[in-house]
Amino acid sequence: MLMARAHLAKVQPKKAALDDESVEKVEIDTTDLATRELNDRLRDLMLAGTKEAVLRNVCGQRYIGTRLYSPEHRKMEIEIFGTPGNDLGAFLFGHKIIVHGNAQDGVGNTMDAGEIVIEGRAGDVLGFSMRGGKIFVRDSVGYRTALHMKEYEDKIPVLVIGGTSQDFLGEYMAGGIVILLGLGGKPHNGNFMGTGMHGGIIYLRGTVEKTQVGGQVEISPLDEEDREIVEHYISEFIERFPGLSLEKEQILKDEWIRLSPKSKRPYGKLYAY
Amino acid sequence: MKSFVFPEFQIIRDEEKCGQCRGCERQCAFGTHTYDPVLDRLVSDNYKCAGCQRCAIFCPKGAIEVRPTQSFYRPNASWSREKLEDLKKQAETGGVILTGCGNDKPFRIYWDHIVLNASQVTNPSIDPLREPMELRTFLGAKPDFMDVKTNKGDVEIETKLGPNLMVETPILFSAMSYGAISYNAFRSLATAACSSGTFFNTGEGGLPKEMRGEFGKCAIVQVASGRFGIDAEYLNCAAAVEIKVGQGAKPGIGGHLPGEKVSAAVAATRMIPMGTDAISPAPHHDIYSIEDLSMLIYALKEATNYEKPVSVKIAAVHNFAAIASGIVRAGADIIAIDGLRGGTGAAPKVIRDNVGIPIELAISSLDRRLRNEGIRNRASIIAAGGIRCSADVIKAIALGADAVYIGSAALIAMGCNLCQKCYTGKCKQGICTQDPRLSGRLNVEIASQRLSNLIHAWSHEISEMLGGMGINALESLRGNRDHLRGVGLYEWELDVMGIKGAGE
Repeated sequence: MLMARAHLAKVQPKKAALDDESVEKVEIDTTDLATRELNDRLRDLMLAGTKEAVLRNVCGQRYIGTRLYSPEHRKMEIEIFGTPGNDLGAFLFGHKIIVHGNAQDGVGNTMDAGEIVIEGRAGDVLGFSMRGGKIFVRDSVGYRTALHMKEYEDKIPVLVIGGTSQDFLGEYMAGGIVILLGLGGKPHNGNFMGTGMHGGIIYLRGTVEKTQVGGQVEISPLDEEDREIVEHYISEFIERFPGLSLEKEQILKDEWIRLSPKSKRPYGKLYAY
Repeated sequence: MKSFVFPEFQIIRDEEKCGQCRGCERQCAFGTHTYDPVLDRLVSDNYKCAGCQRCAIFCPKGAIEVRPTQSFYRPNASWSREKLEDLKKQAETGGVILTGCGNDKPFRIYWDHIVLNASQVTNPSIDPLREPMELRTFLGAKPDFMDVKTNKGDVEIETKLGPNLMVETPILFSAMSYGAISYNAFRSLATAACSSGTFFNTGEGGLPKEMRGEFGKCAIVQVASGRFGIDAEYLNCAAAVEIKVGQGAKPGIGGHLPGEKVSAAVAATRMIPMGTDAISPAPHHDIYSIEDLSMLIYALKEATNYEKPVSVKIAAVHNFAAIASGIVRAGADIIAIDGLRGGTGAAPKVIRDNVGIPIELAISSLDRRLRNEGIRNRASIIAAGGIRCSADVIKAIALGADAVYIGSAALIAMGCNLCQKCYTGKCKQGICTQDPRLSGRLNVEIASQRLSNLIHAWSHEISEMLGGMGINALESLRGNRDHLRGVGLYEWELDVMGIKGAGE
C-alpha cells in the first residue's frame, strides 16, 4: 500500500511553498491514491494554505488527517466521500473531518483537538485515549470505544454516538464526556462498561443492568447539571445530522442514566509496602 | 494490627560523637530520626529506615552507622528472611508487595562470565590516545542495497535513506518519566544527553512544553499504553518516537503512577487532572496483534511526516525473538529490548523477580534471529536492563546490540543508592520524588555534570578496550562474537550466546 506508484507524478503537485497563493478549496479523486500518497497530498495542501479538501472515492486509505501537524496550528476541513480506512484522524491537531459514509477502526486515536463527524457507523477503538476535540457518530459503534479518554482543565474530549456501543465502552476512562443516544430503539447490550474507570462521565439514554458495568462504576440518574450538558451536546448532534429530523425535547424526556467512577484512585489500596 | 515484621536496618549512633545538630533528622525523608528535647539527644526508629545511608553520609561528625540488623529469625534455607517478611506484610495488609529498582536476586550475571579479547603480536593493538576511534553509531533502518556513485574520489549515496539517530557513543539514557522522577532529575538527563551527543528517553510522562525547544532534539519520546502527554507537537519536537510495549522490570503488566505523585506540573505535562492515578494499562488497547502494532508504527510515522525513526520497546521474555522479528516486519526502525534486571520506579516484586530473561542471552538470540531471516539491517537493537559498566556495554555490542540504554546506572551517577523505595515518592536524593523539598536537593548543573562525566569515562574505556582488540570502529565489533569467550558457563548458555568457551 505504501509503495510509490507510477502515475504519482500526475496527481501529486509540486511541494507548495508556504506563502504561495493558496486555493481555498480543493477536490481530489482518491481512486488510485495509496495512503501515503493521499496524505502527502493533504499535507502539501495544508502547507499551501488550503482551507478545505474534498476527497472523492475514498476506499480504505488510513490515517487521513494524521499528517497535518504544523507549528502554526494551521487548520483544514476535510470532507470524505466513501469509506476511510483505520486510524482516521489519529493524533488530529485541530482539523475538522466529515465522513459521508461509515468509518473503520481507530477513529480519533489519541486525538488532540478538532472535530470528526461520521454520517454512518464507526468500527472498534473509537476515540482511544482521546484528549480533546469532538467526535459525532450518527449510528452505532464497535467494541472498545472511548478507552482511556482523558481530560485536563478545560480540554475535555466529547464523543456523541447516535446508536449504541459494543463491549468495553469507556474502559480505563480517565476523563471526557461520552453520550450514547440509543436512537433506533436497540437496547444497550454492551458488557464491561467502564471497567477501571477513574474519571470522565458516560451518559446513556435508556438503561443498563448492574452486571453490564465494571466494579468501579456507579450508575445514577441525571441531575440538573448533567441535563444541561446532555442537552447542549444533543443540540450539537442534531445540528450535524439534520437529516435525522430529531426532536431534542423528545429525546431528553426519556429515561437517562449516568455512569461515573466511584473513585479517581481505583487501585489505591492494591499495594503493601 | 501488630506487625510481626522486625526492622531491616539497625542505626547505631555514637553518642559521644553526635553533636545534636539534627542534620540526620532533616536529611531522612522517612522520619527515622527525631530530636528529643527533654533528653537533648537524637532518637532513631529502626522501623522507618530504608538503609539509604543518606544520614550517615551527611553526618558531619561521622556519628551514624546504618547496617543490616543483626537480629535474625531462625536460619532456614527455604524460608529466607525476605520470604518470611514479605509474607507477613501481605498477611497484615492483603496487598501486592511493591518494590523499586531492578531485580536484586542472584540470577547469573552473564556479563561476569564473559571475557574480552586483546591483540598480541599480530594485528597490533591501537592506542586511542594517539589514533582516532570511532564510537559514532547510527540507529534506524538501513537499506537492503545501497547505490553509490563516485565523483572525483568522493562517494555519494544515491539510495534514499530512512531517518536515523546519530549517537556519538553507544550509550543512551533509558526511559524514565517526569512524574516517576523529579523535574530536576529529568532535566539533568536531558541536559547531559544533549551535551554528550546522545539521547534521553521521556518515558510516558510527556515532555514539559518549556523543554521541547531546547531538548527535543536529544529526546526519544515515548508512546505507551496510557498515552499520557501525547500531542502532535510532542511527537514532532523529538528526535525519535518509541512505542513502549514492555519493560524488563515488569513484563506483561502496566503501571500506576499514584495520585500523590501527580502534582500540578506533572498533571500539566501528562494532561490529566491533578491527584488522579495515572494508569497505564497492561496492553495498548489498540494493539492486539502485529498488524495492530504496524498500524500504530505507521500512525506515528504519518504524524511525524516520516522524518523520525520509530522504536518499539519490549521486555525480553521466552519467545521474544520471534515477536521482535514481527515487530521489524511491522515497520519498526529500532527495537529496544529490556532484560530481567531492568529497573523501575515501582513494580510488584513477584513480577520483577520472576518474569523475563537475562539481557545477555536476549541480545544474542535477537541478533541471530534477525540475521538468519535477513532483516537485521532493517532495525537497530538497543539493549537495556542491567548495564553496569563500560565492559557490559562493549560485551552487549559484541553480542549483537547497536547501543544500550542505561537507567539505574544513570540514576546512581546522580546519587541513587538503590534503596528500592522509589515507589514511596520520598526519594531522599531528590530523584524519584515530586516533593519540592526533596527534589530541590538535586542540583541540575551538578547532576548533569555527573552524568556527562559517566558517559565520557565509559566512552573512553570502550575506546581503550576496542583499541586493545585492534579495532578502531565500534561497527567492526558489532555482533563479532569471536571477541568473546565464556568462563564457567554451560554449553547451552554458550550456544544461546553463540560464543566459545575460554581457551577454545
